[in-house]
Amino acid sequence: MGGSTTVAAATAPALEVRRESGQREVFCGLTSIVWLHRRMPDAFFLVVGSRTCAHLIQSAAGVMIFAEPRFGTAILGERDLAGLADANEELDRLVADLLQRRPEIRTLFLVGSCPSEVIKLDLAKAAERLNTRLAGQVRVLNYTGSGIETTFTQGEDQALLAMVPLMPRAPAAPAAEGAAPAAAQELLIVGTLADAVEDRLISLFGRMGIERVRSLPPRHSRDLPAIGPGTRVLLAQPFLSATARALTALGAQLISAPYPLGVEGSAAWMAAAAATFGLDDARVAAVLDPLVERGRRAVAPHREILEGKRLFLLPDSQLELSLARFLQRECGMELVEVGTPYLDRALLESELALLPAGTPLTEGQHVENQLDRVRAARPDLVVCGLGLANPLEAEGIATKWSIELVFSPIHGCDQAGDLAELFSRPLRRRNLLRFS
Amino acid sequence: MELTLWTYEGPPHVGALRIAASMEGVHLVLHAPQGDTYADLLFTMIERRQRRPPVTYTTFQARDLGGDTAELVKRSIQEAVDRFQPEALLVGESCTAELIQDQPGSLAAGMDLGGAPVVSLELPAYSKKENWGAAETFYQLVRHLLKAQMPAPGTPPPSPQRWRAEGRRPRVNLLGPSLLGFRCRDDVRELTRLLGAEGIDVGVVAPLGARPADLARIPAADANVCLYPEVAGSVCSWLERRFGQPVVRTVPIGIGATRDFLGELRQVLGMEEQPMAPESSSQLPWYSRSVDSTYLTGKRVFIFGDATHAIAAARVASRELGFEVVGLGSYSRELARDVRAAARELGLEALISDDYLEVERAMAEAMPELVLGTQMERHSAKRLGIPCAVISSPLHVQDVPARHAPQMGWEGANELFDSWVHPLMMGLEEHLIGMFRHDFEFVEGHRSHLGGQAPAEPATAPASTVALASGSPGPASEERTPVGTSDPSWDPTGEAELAKIPFFVRGKVRRNTEAYAREQGLALIDGEALYAAKAHFSA
Repeated sequence: MGGSTTVAAATAPALEVRRESGQREVFCGLTSIVWLHRRMPDAFFLVVGSRTCAHLIQSAAGVMIFAEPRFGTAILGERDLAGLADANEELDRLVADLLQRRPEIRTLFLVGSCPSEVIKLDLAKAAERLNTRLAGQVRVLNYTGSGIETTFTQGEDQALLAMVPLMPRAPAAPAAEGAAPAAAQELLIVGTLADAVEDRLISLFGRMGIERVRSLPPRHSRDLPAIGPGTRVLLAQPFLSATARALTALGAQLISAPYPLGVEGSAAWMAAAAATFGLDDARVAAVLDPLVERGRRAVAPHREILEGKRLFLLPDSQLELSLARFLQRECGMELVEVGTPYLDRALLESELALLPAGTPLTEGQHVENQLDRVRAARPDLVVCGLGLANPLEAEGIATKWSIELVFSPIHGCDQAGDLAELFSRPLRRRNLLRFS
Repeated sequence: MELTLWTYEGPPHVGALRIAASMEGVHLVLHAPQGDTYADLLFTMIERRQRRPPVTYTTFQARDLGGDTAELVKRSIQEAVDRFQPEALLVGESCTAELIQDQPGSLAAGMDLGGAPVVSLELPAYSKKENWGAAETFYQLVRHLLKAQMPAPGTPPPSPQRWRAEGRRPRVNLLGPSLLGFRCRDDVRELTRLLGAEGIDVGVVAPLGARPADLARIPAADANVCLYPEVAGSVCSWLERRFGQPVVRTVPIGIGATRDFLGELRQVLGMEEQPMAPESSSQLPWYSRSVDSTYLTGKRVFIFGDATHAIAAARVASRELGFEVVGLGSYSRELARDVRAAARELGLEALISDDYLEVERAMAEAMPELVLGTQMERHSAKRLGIPCAVISSPLHVQDVPARHAPQMGWEGANELFDSWVHPLMMGLEEHLIGMFRHDFEFVEGHRSHLGGQAPAEPATAPASTVALASGSPGPASEERTPVGTSDPSWDPTGEAELAKIPFFVRGKVRRNTEAYAREQGLALIDGEALYAAKAHFSA
């Protein structure tokens, strides 16, 4: 599993975590294709799996009408399972067909699924073989998006992890540790950001004095940023355990910070980068202070709606802790329970430190029992997946569907108001609708 | 392995889910990996249901595979029964669970579940699909629940006309409507009203809205109406064999089919013929005869969907709207024979395929002016710049509308008229664009009643613009580049004349002219050749 080797956090406060197991109402990692295909339009995602996998992706993305599909499924048939067909030959044939239709594809991701993993189809080797054959035309990568290994956003973690070995090595490390001039260092933002948010953050870092900022994933799949001991990595998303470890293994330094959700988180996130680069405090403050001031003003009207409201978050994307921190500290919400599918204490150390003592945290899920707790607590707002949202609404419980949070520009001080609005909107709507 | 960009049907366990979620008091335990709960969204989002589908998933993960997954299945079954206390329990596997073979059905059979009937489902995920899964689940459930009522072999079947002797109105069951079926909710409402007006009662509607106890009442009806053969075909045949219940198989989509349906029903039930005036019941006949519809005559239409809706659409399009059907096909292999017969009547070869790319190729080749298809055909139609309306599942959320929108019966025909004509260019606009080509706003391909910009130039040369997905050259490219013959090319005067042909028929004219040039051995197509070809093909 992505990041199953949890590094024990040394300083995080001992928040108690309930570990639950039972039926999990979450997406598998294949779902990450739904946003990754738009981030890198020159890539194609070929799932090797069953009709279920194909059905999942088209159910999630099929409301969009595609003139050119950017993902597909190599569906395993009985012949493949019985070993009557050579899986490698079959895959080679399919890839050739696909590339004939879509010659402009630059990177092909072979995405592993539950069926391909249970029958132990070696997609890593297949990718290697296809790479040799298609050298110069298409780069073939492999990662797992299976439900048995990955939950929802962990699919992105695995996709980025697959790209890490292809990142060019950055030129020589700075001469002396700590004494390196900021100009020799590069800041790498890791995790999918909306285009506008990315542009904005890069320009703000530039004003603070960080000149060289790159992103992973890039907008073009072959335009990979360099990596090396001079690289300072700032995670934009909390679900990137495996990628973060791979990057640090190549010498990059991970900047520890809360995640850039809300005014406080975003300012701390940018300040952490500035501190790493040894930037002048006054110059950093000159950039951040107006942002913080303006961000707070944007959040204020939503705080009026959200303040004192009781919030229950079900596990979905691993964004839950950061969202809970923002909604509690900046919008005044009260946390009933914060669920997460997977808790990487090392990556969430800074977030854990900001959550109020006694916050009920749950890792994993037994959905029926968790729903019993939701019903018993009657929270004012439940953050949950689309499989649960309408049924809870019908029971009279207000919901905010969580998947939207990975599809919306929510990062940075400038987006804090928009982020708060995503949670105040369902409450506002409930007050607005009148049928009598 | 099979390359799939879009799949017409989900896996068979989604069919089982459709049956369970359509019914009341039934619960399904599905052995499936974490993530397969995505299927819940089909019901809570697309069908916009107010409650979770009655499904418990085992959601095993990689770490469970090292342990006892069978134990996990048993725990899930026990918890589901304790919590939901279903009147009937279905137990099945998804594709990944099928690989690890825990036999959840047999496990359930060995458990003490308090007496609720347990139906074990065999759903071969690597060879069958959604509709098969739905039909199989419905059949197994009905069979299981009616086992005790089965008449002894040799018992004479009850007369479908016994209602007369019993002094009551005739009664039929409506079998097949389900969630994620196309407009089933409103079809049932429409047919119930229509049958009521004819003096016929509706007994059991199933699976949609039925409880297990309702299924037990199926034999009490005089006949079964097989509304959706994809889902109810096998159960209706079984009821006919074992209970002697006649089946009404005409699907009442369109004016003619609705009349035939009522005729068949009356005959089966022994009712008198009624003179029928469809004009008073539906607007379609008058709307279609009114002069505004004259320009619809001979519009080339390509039809693809499940067998039931494709066959019905072909009849409505060719006979009731005056279109020319230039392609007919279905992904329902189980009903391929019926589709082939319907295509033959129209002088066509049916396309039986679940390969989206093959359908797209056939569509490009047929050069239609309108596509009637599924959600998937909207992708190809967008690529080819052709107007499109959805007539069949797979569907998306916009095809589960709030308004009453049946496909069946008289009101259904009204809905068909509106939704099929809507995407076409309106008559006046079509005339004016044919006359004046230099407008700055109403440019070629623009359909101003849809409020958007002009679509992309349609692919006028399908074989060259639609790359073939199969390794070998398909029939399309063979036809376009015959071996040993040089392809005729277009000279500027020819191109200029071609540009004057109205947008939606230009592809067809291009192809005809090229065929004519090859036939005549012309190497270069000029304006005169285009007019010669025009006369040739209209002669």
